Amino acid sequence: MAMTRSRARALLLTPAGLWYAAMLLLPLAVVLIFSFGERSQIGGYAPGFTLEQYANLPARFAAFRNTLTLAPLGTLASLLIAYPLAYYLAVKVTPKWKTMLLVLVIVPFWTSILIRSYAWIFLLGGKGIPAFLAMFGLEDVRLLNTPFAVLVGIVYGYLPLMVFPIYVALEKLDKRLLEAAADLGTPPWRAFLQITLPLSMPGVLTGSMLVFILLMGEFLIPSILGGGKVFFVGNALVDLFLQSRNWPFGSAVAVGLVLVMLVTVGLYTRAAKRFGAGRDDAALM
Amino acid sequence: MKDDQQPISRKAFMEELERYRKGSVTRRHFLGVTGLGTAMAVMGGSLPRMARAQDIGNRVVLATWPNYHDPADFDAFTDKTGAYTQVNVFGSNEEMLAKIQAGGSGWDVFVPTNYAIPTYVDAGLIEPLDLSKIPNYDPASYDPRFAEAGTIDGTVYGVPKNWGTTGIAFNSSKTGGVVDSWKTFFDGARDQFDGRVMVHDYQLTTIGNALVYHGFSFNSVDPAELAKAEELLIDVKPHLYAISSDYQPSMRNGDAWLTMCWTGDGKQMNTDMPEIGFALGKEGGEIWSDYYAIPKDAPHKDAAYALINFLLDPEVNAREALAHGYPVADARTNALLPQELLDDPIIYPAAEALSPLEFGAAVTLTDPNRAELMARFKSA
Repeated sequence: MAMTRSRARALLLTPAGLWYAAMLLLPLAVVLIFSFGERSQIGGYAPGFTLEQYANLPARFAAFRNTLTLAPLGTLASLLIAYPLAYYLAVKVTPKWKTMLLVLVIVPFWTSILIRSYAWIFLLGGKGIPAFLAMFGLEDVRLLNTPFAVLVGIVYGYLPLMVFPIYVALEKLDKRLLEAAADLGTPPWRAFLQITLPLSMPGVLTGSMLVFILLMGEFLIPSILGGGKVFFVGNALVDLFLQSRNWPFGSAVAVGLVLVMLVTVGLYTRAAKRFGAGRDDAALM
Repeated sequence: MKDDQQPISRKAFMEELERYRKGSVTRRHFLGVTGLGTAMAVMGGSLPRMARAQDIGNRVVLATWPNYHDPADFDAFTDKTGAYTQVNVFGSNEEMLAKIQAGGSGWDVFVPTNYAIPTYVDAGLIEPLDLSKIPNYDPASYDPRFAEAGTIDGTVYGVPKNWGTTGIAFNSSKTGGVVDSWKTFFDGARDQFDGRVMVHDYQLTTIGNALVYHGFSFNSVDPAELAKAEELLIDVKPHLYAISSDYQPSMRNGDAWLTMCWTGDGKQMNTDMPEIGFALGKEGGEIWSDYYAIPKDAPHKDAAYALINFLLDPEVNAREALAHGYPVADARTNALLPQELLDDPIIYPAAEALSPLEFGAAVTLTDPNRAELMARFKSA
């Protein structure tokens, strides 16, 4: 009996196991092996064992710095915009409108992010918003091909990923807690800070993590809305593989990105846990 | 007799088919009246030819540059051979090389530029061409300057497609006149054209023209000269509108006033918006020629030869040139082009404007130091 159960379990886990082996471990192993190799004369990979590629990592310092600046900034901006929206959707809106408004948040996903980012070229370009501002005397405003444009594109593209986890967390919120707080004379803003916010923290953390991790590998939005002047690690990788064909160095940069991600995400979860724990105590008090 | 010469209408054919199926007419009557009998006899007699035509398959994959063909010519090729042309567009020779190097590109025909061919040959990625399968290629009618890079050590690896230059496109209503020097280009970018200048997202031309600004060779890989070029580029960067090889949209909507530009793009913009002009840098710059070539692992080689041969037909080639605005090195094709095109200074610049220009060198494409310089420039 136990035999068959464990056999069944093994059988059921086989697809996932094979998938991870083929799609995650194998490519990761290739990247690791490449990162210790050398660039062949005409580009590509030549076998070898050298730490030269890792020693050369500081040459992409600027790309890491840009990513580590804009990824947290983009996450924070998305959070600040998404939270009120999710709160409104979860708490304030009548059930009749709720479904429709939720669908509206998803609708942008029906079109490719590439097309939607291109649309921003026209909105931010000289004949778009700047032309509108010029009517009010704000002449010669340049928006496109700036870090600001990249930030706008990031917030626009990733907002739904932030809205939904927060929405789900707020939806589950037990309204009786707020009623009890009101009965005991707590003003609404304190009730929000001491009850709603702490209880929605899991959603905030999930949303932020989703957006931040994806942003660390972003290359499309910077290259479309940054005019090639805003350079993320993702852009460095694209260039190393598709332009200069320096696969070993590209692999080392990729490993570097994975390590940076592990460290930042690790620090973030630890900080979040401590913060979350503290808030829980506060909420219980 | 009359029935045999007039093709049967679709309705009449269906009626005859129905009659045959019901058994009211004989098979012989059906084949005769519908013309299928004759058709089968003809097909039977020419079976080897049919077999050859079918051999090229129903698909050919072409990797090429943006705005570089007349789509109607691909339709004509499909009508003629039954093979559909799938077009993949690329932004740089490096990108093409990377795809072929990685293997399994699935391409049948691609369009390397002169300086890329030696690298493909060294790496064994490119097929020596069987010229007997490209009868439309007549070496005698080509200007050797734009054909010779396709031949390496006596073996032909590429046949010439088009040639062209990398110059400067300027919006004269904004720049107040012609911009025909890299000095004005890079100095203006930091001064009167602040925030309005674009350079290619391509190390070969962007670094090359920065080198030319300093009076060095477009192809230099000398560390001291590259350092000077880097200094210039990094100084200019904050003033640039964008680093991108997709400059037509920004030029057309007026956001960019000045850009590094390939001949055909210059011609296309000039045709639609006469205020956008195109000039060669008088200090120098790049002259290039593109070639049709076949990757070693091309899955449809017969179709590849058929497509190249079709596109080199002078009639087709002339239609292509009218669509994309790049000059052709084939005298037979030029004989078919309208005189005003041949006199157009953008497409066929005067010989003295071309003389300071340089062909890109193989090492310019693959030099790792130039690649790193470009990365520093872009991330600065």
